[in-house]
Order: sequence, then C-alpha cells, then structure tokens
Amino acid sequence: MAGESNGAGVFGSSIRRREDPELITGQAKYTDDLQLSGMVYCTVLRSDYAHAKINGIDASEAEALDGVIAVYTAKDIEASGVPGGIPVGWLLPDMKIPEHYMLAKDTTRYVGDGVAIVVAEDQYTAHDALDLIYVDYDPRDGVADPKKATEDGAPLVHDEAPNNIAFDWEIGDKGQTDAAFANAAHVASLDIVNNRLIPNAMEPRAALADYNSITGELTLYMTTQNPHIHRLLISLASLGLPEHKIRVIAPEVGGGFGSKIHHYADEAIAAWASMQVGRPVKWTATRTETYLTDAHGRDHVTHGELAMDADGRFIGLRVDTYAAMGAYLSTFAPAVPTYLYGTLMSGEYDLPAIHCHVYGVFTHTVPVDAYRGAGRPEATFIVERLVDEAARVSGIDPAEIRRRNFVSPDAFPYQTQVALEYDSGNYEGALDKALEAIGYDDFRKEQAAAREEGKYLGIGLSTYIEACGLAPSAVVGSLGAQAGQWESAVVRVHATGKVTVYSGCSGHGQGHETTFAQIVASALGVPYDDIDVIEGDSGVMPHGWGTYGSRSAATGGSAIASAAEKVVDKARTIAAHLLEAAEEDLEFEDGNFFVKGSPDQAQSLPDVALQAYLAHNLPKGIEPALEATSFYDPANFVFPFGTHIAVVEVCASTGQVDLKRYLAVDDVGNVINPMIVDGQVHGGIAQGVGQSLYETAVYDDGANLLSGTMLDYAVPKAHFLPSFETDRTVTPCPHNPLGVKGVGEAGTIASPAAVVNAVVDALSPFGVNHIDMPVTSEKVWNAMN
Amino acid sequence: MYPSKFDYHRPSSVQEAVQILADNPDAKVLAGGHSLIPVMKLRLAAPAALVDIGRIDALQSISRSNGSLRIGACVTYNEIANSADVQEAAPLLAEAAGQIGDRQVRYRGTIGGNLSHADPASDLPAAALALGATLHVAGSGGSRSVSASDFFVDLMMTALQADEILTEVEIPAAGAGTGSAYVKFEHPASGYALCGAAAVVTRDAGGSCTGASLCFNGVSATAVSAAAAASGLVGSDLSDGAIDSALSGMSIPDATGDMFASAGYRQELARALGAQALRTARDRA
Ligand SMILES: Cc1cc2nc3c(=O)[nH]c(=O)nc-3n(C[C@H](O)[C@H](O)[C@H](O)COP(=O)(O)OP(=O)(O)OC[C@H]3O[C@@H](n4cnc5c(N)ncnc54)[C@H](O)[C@@H]3O)c2cc1C
Repeated sequence: MAGESNGAGVFGSSIRRREDPELITGQAKYTDDLQLSGMVYCTVLRSDYAHAKINGIDASEAEALDGVIAVYTAKDIEASGVPGGIPVGWLLPDMKIPEHYMLAKDTTRYVGDGVAIVVAEDQYTAHDALDLIYVDYDPRDGVADPKKATEDGAPLVHDEAPNNIAFDWEIGDKGQTDAAFANAAHVASLDIVNNRLIPNAMEPRAALADYNSITGELTLYMTTQNPHIHRLLISLASLGLPEHKIRVIAPEVGGGFGSKIHHYADEAIAAWASMQVGRPVKWTATRTETYLTDAHGRDHVTHGELAMDADGRFIGLRVDTYAAMGAYLSTFAPAVPTYLYGTLMSGEYDLPAIHCHVYGVFTHTVPVDAYRGAGRPEATFIVERLVDEAARVSGIDPAEIRRRNFVSPDAFPYQTQVALEYDSGNYEGALDKALEAIGYDDFRKEQAAAREEGKYLGIGLSTYIEACGLAPSAVVGSLGAQAGQWESAVVRVHATGKVTVYSGCSGHGQGHETTFAQIVASALGVPYDDIDVIEGDSGVMPHGWGTYGSRSAATGGSAIASAAEKVVDKARTIAAHLLEAAEEDLEFEDGNFFVKGSPDQAQSLPDVALQAYLAHNLPKGIEPALEATSFYDPANFVFPFGTHIAVVEVCASTGQVDLKRYLAVDDVGNVINPMIVDGQVHGGIAQGVGQSLYETAVYDDGANLLSGTMLDYAVPKAHFLPSFETDRTVTPCPHNPLGVKGVGEAGTIASPAAVVNAVVDALSPFGVNHIDMPVTSEKVWNAMN
Repeated sequence: MYPSKFDYHRPSSVQEAVQILADNPDAKVLAGGHSLIPVMKLRLAAPAALVDIGRIDALQSISRSNGSLRIGACVTYNEIANSADVQEAAPLLAEAAGQIGDRQVRYRGTIGGNLSHADPASDLPAAALALGATLHVAGSGGSRSVSASDFFVDLMMTALQADEILTEVEIPAAGAGTGSAYVKFEHPASGYALCGAAAVVTRDAGGSCTGASLCFNGVSATAVSAAAAASGLVGSDLSDGAIDSALSGMSIPDATGDMFASAGYRQELARALGAQALRTARDRA
C-alpha cells in the first residue's frame, strides 16, 4: 500500500483505492447484476421521429406474443391515477414549463421519446415485442439547432413556448458594459458553437423496481448519483407514493458524469410497471438507448466580445448565447446555461463590466442537462477563446495578456460583476509554474524553427476558474433551485472502536470509500482499515443531495469532518471523566486522550467507545453510544483554478491534430489523496480533449440523431492521448473545515479551450482565428487550404 | 442489444455448410462474428439461422506452394499479422491485418469475414486488390475462383451468391525487388479506415519501377484501385517528385462523403496517404 495508512498522516497520502479490487475483478454488483425472484423485464418503445403526432397505437400483436405480460401506453399511466410527471427542479423567472409526462401522450418531441412500454418474462421477448407495436405517426417538422429554433416559423416544440424560447435570462450590467465597449481600444469578437455531447458513462442507466402491494413499499435499485433526489421526485411528481415508503438504492454505479443526476421517465416507468404487475421489474438501457435518452451536454451557439483599453487591459465582456434545452426541461437544466455559466464570465480576470444574455431554447432533441462541468466548460471556453483572440488582435502574448488582467492575489475575496465572490486564489502562481514546466519561451523558438520546415506547432493556454462544491442552500434557493445543497454525514464509532461512516453523497467511481475514510482516520486517529464508508441508500443514511458539481469533498467531506469533530468532543468529555481530569487539560493525539504531559496514562478512542456503549460510568448528562450526525451547509462555493497548457502539431497534408503534450497545474485546495486527484484530473482532461477534437452529437436538419452509436460518436481512446503532466499549487479553501475544493470537473472545464487555443496558435500563419469543436482533421485541412 | 431469435448450425465441413445454406435461404455464415453479431444486436440484421464456419478445419490454415500463399477464410487477423509466411510472401496483408481494430477484434475477426462483409472502410479489401488476390469460393453448384478486382461489387456487396462460402484467399508471393506499405487514417470513432492506402511497387536492379499498384479503402463504396496513377509510376525512379506528380491528378471515382468527412476531403486524404504508402513501399523495395 502506497503512503501512510494510519493516523493523522493518512490525510494527504496516495492510498490505493479500496474500491478497485472488486471493480477490477468483476465482483462489484451493478443494478443490472441484481436478480430478484419473480423478476420480469421492461422495455420502452421510442419514437423514431423527432416530431410527430400519435394518431393511434396498436399493441395487439405484441400483447399476444408468448411471454409478454403487458403493453402500456400513456393512457394506462393516466388511468392508474399517478401524477406521471417528470419535473424540472430549477425555476427561472417567466420560464415556460411544458408538461413532461412519463410517456408521450399524443406528440413525440425527439427521437427517443418514450411511446409505449412492454413488460415480459425475459429480455429477448421484451425486445421482440417492441417490433410488434404499431404506432400510427403523423410526422411533423423538427428543429435541432438552438439558434434556428428561435427564428420565426421554426417548428414549435411546445405550443406554449413561442419561438421555442423556454427562458430569457441575463446577468451583469448591460449599460455599463456597452459603455465600456464604446471606449475600447481593441475588441476581440468570436462566434462559436459549443458542441453537443453525449455522456457515455460506461454503465448504461438501469433500474430494478420491487413494489410490495401489501406494505405499499417500493424498493428501487437504480443507477443514480443522488438517491434522495430521485426518491423525492418519484414521490412528489411521478408516482405519488409517500416518501417514506420509497427506498432508492444505488448499487455500484459505473460512472455518471451528470447523466445519472437527472430524473428520467424510465426508472419511474419500471417502478410503475412493478406496481401494475405485482412483480419486480428490471429495465436496462441498451447503448443505443443511452444515446437517445441520457441527457446530453453543452449545445450552445454563442457570440462573445471582449473589450480592451490600449494597454490590453480588459474593460468589458459581453456574451449572447442560445442554449439548447432539448425537448423538455430536464431536472437541473435551466441552471446550467445560467447560474453555472453566466456567473463564470469573469474567469480569472479583473473585469469591470460584464453582461451575459442567454436564451434557453426548446429543440426536438434529447433534453440537455448537466454534463461534467455543466456550464463552466462552456463559460471557460468562450472566455479563454476570447482572451486568446484578444491577444491576437492586440499583439500581446497570450501569457502576458492573462497576467496583465488576473485578479491579483491580494484582491481576495474578490467580488465579480456576475454575482460570485471568489474566496481565494493565486492565478499567476499557477500560470508561472505551468509556463516554466512546459518551457514556454523555448517553445516559441522551436515553433518558429519548425514553421521554417513546414511543420506547424501550437501552444494553447487555459487559465480557468470554476465554482463548485454546490452550494450554499439559501443562495441556490434564491436563484431558483427547488433543492437544498447541504450535505449529511453520520460518523458511528462502534463499541470495539471500529467506525462506520454514512454519507449523503453517492459516489460512482470517485473513490469516496477511500478518501472519506482518510478524512475520518485523520480526524479520529483510528486506523484507516477500521473505517468503512457507506453511501447510496435512502433507507440507511440521512437525507443527502448526492454527488455532482464537484461537491462531495467540499460538502460531504466537510459534513464528515464536522460529524467526526462532534464525536471527538463527546469522546473527550467521556475520557476526561474516565481520567478524572478537566476537559480543557486533555490532549487528543493519534486517537488517544491524555492529560498534558502524561501520555502514558491515555484513554484511546476505542477505550472510550466501549465505555460509551457499556454506559456503566458516563459523566452526568451524557447519552450512551458514540456517534454524531452532521448536516453541513457550505458558506460559499469553492473556486478551484489553474493553468492548463496543450501543445499540438498539425499535419500539413491531412490536417490531423496530434496532441503532443498536455500539462495541468491545478489548485484544488488541500488534497486528501493525490493519486485520486490526479486520476480525476486525467479523466477530466481526456473528456475535455474528447470534446475539443473528437466528440459531437450530430443531428440532421430534421432533428434525427446521426451520431447514434459508438461507430459514429468518437469517445477518445487511450492512444489518442499523450501522458498528461500534472502538478499543483495549494491555496486552501478558507471556509470549509478541510480546506478542500473540488476536482471532479476541473479537467473538463479547462481543457477544451487549451486544445483549441493550441490549434489556432499552430494555424496562425494561415490567418485562422477560430475553429469550432470538434476540431476534426477535415476542418483543419480546410482552414489551411 | 438483444438480437431476434435465430437457429444455430455448426457444420464440420465446407460441404455441409454449403448444404445448410442452400436449405435455409435466410441463413447467414458466421465467422468471427465481429461484424455480423453487432448488426444483429442492433436488429439491423435478423437472419433466421447462423451457419458457424469457425470450427471447419479446412478453413484454418496458412500455406505456401508454387509461388503462392494460401490463407484459409477463417484465419484471424492476429494469425495473419504474426505469420512468418505472410510477412514474407505478402507483408502488405500482414501490415494491414495488424492495424485492424484492437486486440480483441484481431483475435476474432477473419480474413474471409472481412472480405465477404465488404465494408468499404475495412482494412483488408485494398490489400487484397493491390496484391492481386484470387478468392476461392464454394457453393452448392461447386467451386469457383474470383479475382479480387471482380469480387467487390458495391457497398457491402460481393460476387458471392447466398449459398456460397469464401473458402480461401490466394496471393502470388512477392518477388524480389518488391516493397509494400499500408497506411491508414483511422476514423476516430470506429477505428476503421477513413482512408487506407495499400501500395505495392517493384523495382529493377537499377531502381526504376517495373510495376506498381495503389488501392484504397474508405474512399468510395468499395475498395478501389487507382490504376492510372499507379501505372504512371512504371518506368519512373520512384522519387518523391515522381510519386507526387503521379498522384497530382488522381481522383477516386465516386468518392463518398458522410457526416465525418466529405468526399473531397477523402480525395485529399487519398493523395496524402497514397504518397506516404508509395514512399514507404519504395524504401522497402
Ligand atoms: C470494435 C470493432 C472494431 C473493428 N475495427 C475494424 C477495423 O479497424 N478494420 C476492419 O477492417 N475491420 C474492423 N472491424 C470489423 C472486423 O474486422 C470484422 O471482423 C470483419 O468485418 C468481419 O469478419 P468476421 O470474421 O468477424 O465476420 P462475421 O462478422 O462473422 O461475418 C461478416 C459477414 O460476412 C459473412 N461471412 C463471413 N465469413 C464468410 C465466408 N467465409 N464466406 C462467406 N461469407 C462470410 C457473414 O455472413 C456476414 O455477413 C471491427 C469490428 C469491431 C467489433
């Protein structure tokens, strides 16, 4: 085992992930691995049309197929009297909220929209039956492009949303920003498309629902990042079952990247079907279905401008964005291109005037919602592309123009013009470290020499900031969230001194079982191996809000730290009693309480725990047992930042982009486990490189998804990527007990701009100032020729 | 990803396999399964029966005789890429087979399946064309031989009849002074050839070109031979300049475009990769 595994030093060491042996050997149990007796299977018939009226559905052949138990449509769900809704959980002023029912009632609004469901004895029959349901569709025109969708005459997704506009949102001061532009010496201006992405978690979504009609209890095993949110929404909006009668359990979950936050119809359908047939019902998405139903990410059409004075100081930024919502408003979708996007427009810069205007737009496409980074990659991309374009138009080096405009280290806390207050940072520190490591000055010489030989090298910077650790509940509440964003923890010391920790987070690959145990080992001085961490079961732990938005360490970890502190406080009281000393005189070190100067006469935490459980000799007023619960509501977001640098070579004859080096200097505050942090950074970069060079969801003009399989949608493969170089600076978060920030999304947020900036730099001899993502070889070749 | 119901046959001889095919018009041959099973799982194909030829001994071997190399239809890419006989007699085929998919694909996929499936983006058809391969076929009406240039008819269509099986691929062994190369531009999603260039050149003792062929995967509906460009090289010294001028006017007929790459860009790739393949082939000759 690498690193220290016991005592206080365990926080900060690269302990190997305890999750991995089960995962690597295939022993871990995912939802689809679970078998319940009497279990049957459910499949969903999905619309082949982006937009169609349903004239009628004939399921008689399917119903007659041997092994089919039932075929249901929206009418059956309505007849059952359940609310049947798939709600949106973030409300913006004047937002159009069209009905989203568990199955399409009379209109389908995207290819993949559910139309009917089959319940059958086995998977094969359940799929065969889909081919025997005949839907009489009356196809209508569809629209997939979020900007075109707002034009007059575009096909409407919902009649109640004219021009397909779901909401019209802005932040910042328009007058002040326009005035800044009127005084600008230079203006950088770009039109960009932030390409639509398909999440591709390794494990497809799945649900196994077991309804007990006698007790009225529903147990729902499902692929979720937040079991309590799913319980709440299924109770309130979909099925109407009382919350305490629903237990949502997340077995092993194989990645989510946001796609398993949201409440979809399918899991509710499996639960409803179990209520109808009185047997456990399993639904597992095929990979095709994950493409057609998992909420997609990004999909912005944006115009951005950055105004500078004569010295290259930024004086104003304005951004106009058309952000696709897809066919319906997904769970947190409205927050993504607004409060997770517009609020990040200041980047790392001291920007005196900002205005950001966003239309949320319905299109005949899969709903769009949070996908790793959620809004912040889009913000970072437009800001960092504009900064490079500003460098180009002003003739100032890209590193220098950033340096000139950074918020300076002594300006914190820094209030941006777009609501956020950055708590801490040293942006130049990370930039310097990265430039030094990449050899920036030498690179420019190498680049010039290579150009002489007809080779095109480029370097791209992305000096990013993000806001994560979601979030102060009152703040998000005031912005429209229909949820709190605090987190819960229980730290339970058993009579033998072993510890079980319950967290309201719900990891799905992040390594919480390891890192959360590291936090507790340090706090309690208990051996790491004596601590287990349990997550992902609404029937077991207190309410929690789950894992997304790089929040688990900052909120869940902090909740655990404060619960552990409560445990230590109580143990101290008991130890003082046992040692017949005053509490103030006790030291607590490596899990032992002792009177200052007499470490040999100690009461260890396990000694105290035993006494706490026996309760034969407790101080007056102290309850038995040794455990504590904490509900931690953060004081602010956390603000990871850093500098990422990409180095590319562009092939002159094919246009292919070779990513030669990728270096990341991140500041995520204190680090609980460096190896896990590196892993998160690596994965994040790979996903961001994927967006910048390879991935894109393609819809045709009729809103048919063309990139519907992995043969067409290019998730990056290992051999496309160089070995990433990572480093860190450490600026602890000042407002949480661990000094930690978030790391799950940083790589995805920073990297698209770094890569595209590098390609544009490589192509500067050709007068190129922008290429939309993904930067395919053909686009590059065209730009060069 | 659940296919429809199908019957499964596992014949032990070619004759038996052909008979089953003749008796079951909706049956399909199953070799490595790496193209057929995915389309069945997507329900884009729903054959009533599969005839698994993977255990027929006669289709499994690589042999050399009388100046030709013979490869059984069920020989895998991995075996081809690593066979000393193939590396010596048809190094182009070994090189192309070694670039197919990933390790799992190379351990399962077969030369017969690859050529019969005739996916325009597959890696072996251009090599088979460039090497002048002869494809031996068995059917209920008996056996016949088809040249590679007659075999690929259209997008995923070959000269094979429904009851015929490709049994063996025969390639004339490379003579002295021959060099070859396969250069592939990978589709970032599928890993298939967005464009793949297969080049074979022969030089005499003085270094001048006595024969050349240049064929492409991925550019049009079938693998194609750029015969005019290649014949323009015969008699040249195969210098970079000669190669560039031979390719400058090359245009692949009926180049196809899709959402990832336009037809025009595929032409550009063909020129770039063709030049690279020819240069490498020359250096190896
Ligand atoms: C992940 C992945 C990546 C891949 N990457 C590549 C790549 O980079 N390059 C590439 O070229 N290919 C690639 N392939 C396809 C692979 O090469 C297949 O193996 C090949 O296309 C088909 O060969 P098979 O033996 O698997 O045939 P099968 O899938 O069994 O059969 C394919 C078709 O050919 C017919 N058939 C098979 N054998 C015969 C025969 N002897 N006579 C008559 N008909 C026959 C079948 O009936 C069927 O219609 C990839 C496949 C996968 C799954």
